[in-house]
Amino acid sequence: MSIPSAWSNTITVCASCPIKTIQEAIQQASEGDTILVKKGIYKEANLKIDKSITLIGEGLPTIDGEAKGEIITIEADNVTLDGFKIINVGVSYTTDYAAVRIVNSKGFIIQNLELEKLFFGIYLQKSNNGKVLNNKVKGEAVTEFTSGNAIHLWYCKNVEVRGNDVRKVRDGIYLEFSDNITITDNFSVNNVRYGLHFMFSNNNTVNNNVFETNGAGIALMFSKFMEVKNNVIKKNWGSAAYGLLLKEVNDANLKNNIFIENTVGITVEGSNRLVYSNNDFTSNGYAIRVKGACYENHIVDNNFLYNSFDISYNGRINDNKFNNNFWSNYTGYDLDKDGIGDVPYRPVKLFSYIVNRTPETIILLRSLFIDLIDFSEKVSPVFTPDDLMDDNPRMKRIEHDRN
Amino acid sequence: MLKILKYSFYDLMRSRWSYVYFAFYLLLGVVLLFLNNDLSKAVITLMNVIIVLVPLIGTIFGVMYYYSSKEFTELLLAQPLKRSSIFLGQYLGVAISLSMSLILGLGIPFIFYGLFMSNAIWDFSLLLITGVFLTLIFTALAFNIAISNENRIKGFGYAILMWLFLAVIYDGLFLMSLLFFEDYPLDKLSLFGTMLNPIDLSRTLILLKLDISALLGYTGAVFKQFFGTNFGLIVSFAALTLWIVLPVLRIVYKSKRKDF
Amino acid sequence: MIEIKDLHKKFGKNEVLSGLDLKIGEGGIFAVLGPNGSGKTTLIKCLLGMVIPNKGTISVLGENVKSGSNYRHKIDYLPQIANFPSNLKVKELITMIKDLRGKTIKDQELISLFKLEPFLDKKLGQLSGGTKQKVNLVLTFMFDSPLVILDEPTSGLDPISLLRLKKLIQAEKAKGKTILVTSHIMSFVEEISDEIVFLLEGKIYFKGSISELKDKTKQPDFEHAIASILTDNHA
Repeated sequence: MSIPSAWSNTITVCASCPIKTIQEAIQQASEGDTILVKKGIYKEANLKIDKSITLIGEGLPTIDGEAKGEIITIEADNVTLDGFKIINVGVSYTTDYAAVRIVNSKGFIIQNLELEKLFFGIYLQKSNNGKVLNNKVKGEAVTEFTSGNAIHLWYCKNVEVRGNDVRKVRDGIYLEFSDNITITDNFSVNNVRYGLHFMFSNNNTVNNNVFETNGAGIALMFSKFMEVKNNVIKKNWGSAAYGLLLKEVNDANLKNNIFIENTVGITVEGSNRLVYSNNDFTSNGYAIRVKGACYENHIVDNNFLYNSFDISYNGRINDNKFNNNFWSNYTGYDLDKDGIGDVPYRPVKLFSYIVNRTPETIILLRSLFIDLIDFSEKVSPVFTPDDLMDDNPRMKRIEHDRN
Repeated sequence: MLKILKYSFYDLMRSRWSYVYFAFYLLLGVVLLFLNNDLSKAVITLMNVIIVLVPLIGTIFGVMYYYSSKEFTELLLAQPLKRSSIFLGQYLGVAISLSMSLILGLGIPFIFYGLFMSNAIWDFSLLLITGVFLTLIFTALAFNIAISNENRIKGFGYAILMWLFLAVIYDGLFLMSLLFFEDYPLDKLSLFGTMLNPIDLSRTLILLKLDISALLGYTGAVFKQFFGTNFGLIVSFAALTLWIVLPVLRIVYKSKRKDF
Repeated sequence: MIEIKDLHKKFGKNEVLSGLDLKIGEGGIFAVLGPNGSGKTTLIKCLLGMVIPNKGTISVLGENVKSGSNYRHKIDYLPQIANFPSNLKVKELITMIKDLRGKTIKDQELISLFKLEPFLDKKLGQLSGGTKQKVNLVLTFMFDSPLVILDEPTSGLDPISLLRLKKLIQAEKAKGKTILVTSHIMSFVEEISDEIVFLLEGKIYFKGSISELKDKTKQPDFEHAIASILTDNHA
């Protein structure tokens, strides 16, 4: 925290003040000073902050970059930026211009910003121990090639990203080579690529976020030791859409998440030792689609409710454990009344193989003929892994404890 | 026609079959809801029942009614009535009484369960509408078969065969042809194949509601347009309507040329 | 009253009517006779529009049969086998036919004539064959149409009802109606009919009074006359 010291000054900026531009205020400020910017429109770009100062906007002043490139660049530790509306970032195909860029800095706080007409939003580069809180980023992205990310972390450590609202950009929140990042209470919606995107980032936590109608909800790629809890991921529709993509992810813990109405709830590939527990998969096309090379994963205590397909598999080999889940498609019985079905449940249908091979056959979903072949496959598995089953399917839906 | 419809309807409302049918749906609704306690699951199970059983019952009932009311029909034929009104009246009498049994039989338990408070009401209404369409279609098809076959055993045989074909065999052939031509773009073919079978059409309508997430996972442009917009809904309903109109027209055509 | 020209009807390969011409004037009782399969019922059904001819024209009271169903307002028809919807009550059936054809008050009179009052609230499925035939007769005679077609009107009737039926037919004739009857009971035909129309192999073999028939076949009585036609043509 950058508490102004007893010797610090406050410099006020407004249209009728002696200091009329933020640029001028920054130049005059010395370490530890506070710049108070009054309500108004400031047409300034390429503001470089190279000392530990606090910039506070009063009544949400607007900084209009007029598409001249980057707007604010922070290159000092302990800088606070609070309460601005920042618009018109320059778009370039060679340089990733951002509304706010933080380079090689520590102890920053970026909060209560509203970003519009942007390319990249908040770009953190090799910066550690900072916070990005309660910002609103609203882009106008149409394709992923002409747009940037709302909150972008590259080689960062120990950053808290909380309470942000990111819409219509390429990736809502993007992390590459960033570790120990906490992502909580964010709302990421209508982004053209991913709601949240991890590449080569380890030991991160994703809690209590909502991801809705993005190209895909969360993409976790080439990362390990992740914790994904209490998120709501819904309505990611489309041919390449999924709620959560796990690609080469190891030792992750997915708990208490809700996946609703996604084309695919989770697509998982080459990921090992994951624990999926207490999640709800409701009305997805596929709840979990396993694309291969996934070992020692545990899928326990989840609710699988009214998905077109519960689990889809590529091969016949299975090394993953399904146990104690509730499957709304389960038709078994419980004669000993212990709440666990007496016959195992096989979540992989033969038809899902057919659909994998010839996608258009999806049109026959739920037809009597398909039910018949699925039934015969269930009785004597030929194409599906015969050991892939939940031996203890629950008879009642699990009431998860969500605090 | 309305008079014939009225008498056929009264006649059926008094026959024990209507009650059996009604009781069957009532029981089904009660069992699904109160043993399961899960409205969404009940709706899904009902869908399976509706697309298989409603056509079967419509078929059997239609053929049965046509044959059993043959003498009555002859009595009517000697009256100053148009042939088309006699047959259309009887057809509508059967189809409407079956639809009523369906709507009331399923509707009552669902209303008691608190359907109006639930957002499953749209899925449920779609189910019932589809059920009514299927009843109208299969009763018309059954009348067509009966009107073309004097021999009851043959008529029943063909009717059951027709049901079996449309409910099961067609999809088997459909699936095989899709797999056989898998190297070609298939989205048009698969949608076209669906239009040719009223059971598949109704199933598609229900899929649009229940499985839209899965359906949107496919890349074909025609698929996308069909499932992603209201286009699919409109086309399906139009095709279903056509499936009623064509057999009914054939009833009129055949009845005008038939000897009794 | 009825004019039939060059009527042809085939059922599959079986030619039932082959170029039948027939003219029936107004008033009188005409018996349509012939061996089994000679086309009696087909002829009647053609008149009623229930069977559609392959060729030829039929007009009833100047109206072409093909041109619509309205001419049937002028016909009362008694079908051969009366199988009514078994769920309906007698009363309801009568009301229904009245509803379909128009108002009449003659039904009460006929019900009491055939003593049907105790059966009015019974379902048709529970009635005996004879009682059904009586109901059938009520339905036929309750409309005062100029043309009456009776297909085997005597079947199942007890002697008293038969007497009543004969009286009824005579009374209708007295009103100037044209009545067409088919029957296998020769005595009944002889007793009531004014003219005979004899069908053989899809054509009119004979049309005229009973005495003319006796003269033609040189037989002393009606039954033998009919028998001789059949033996002459089949021997």
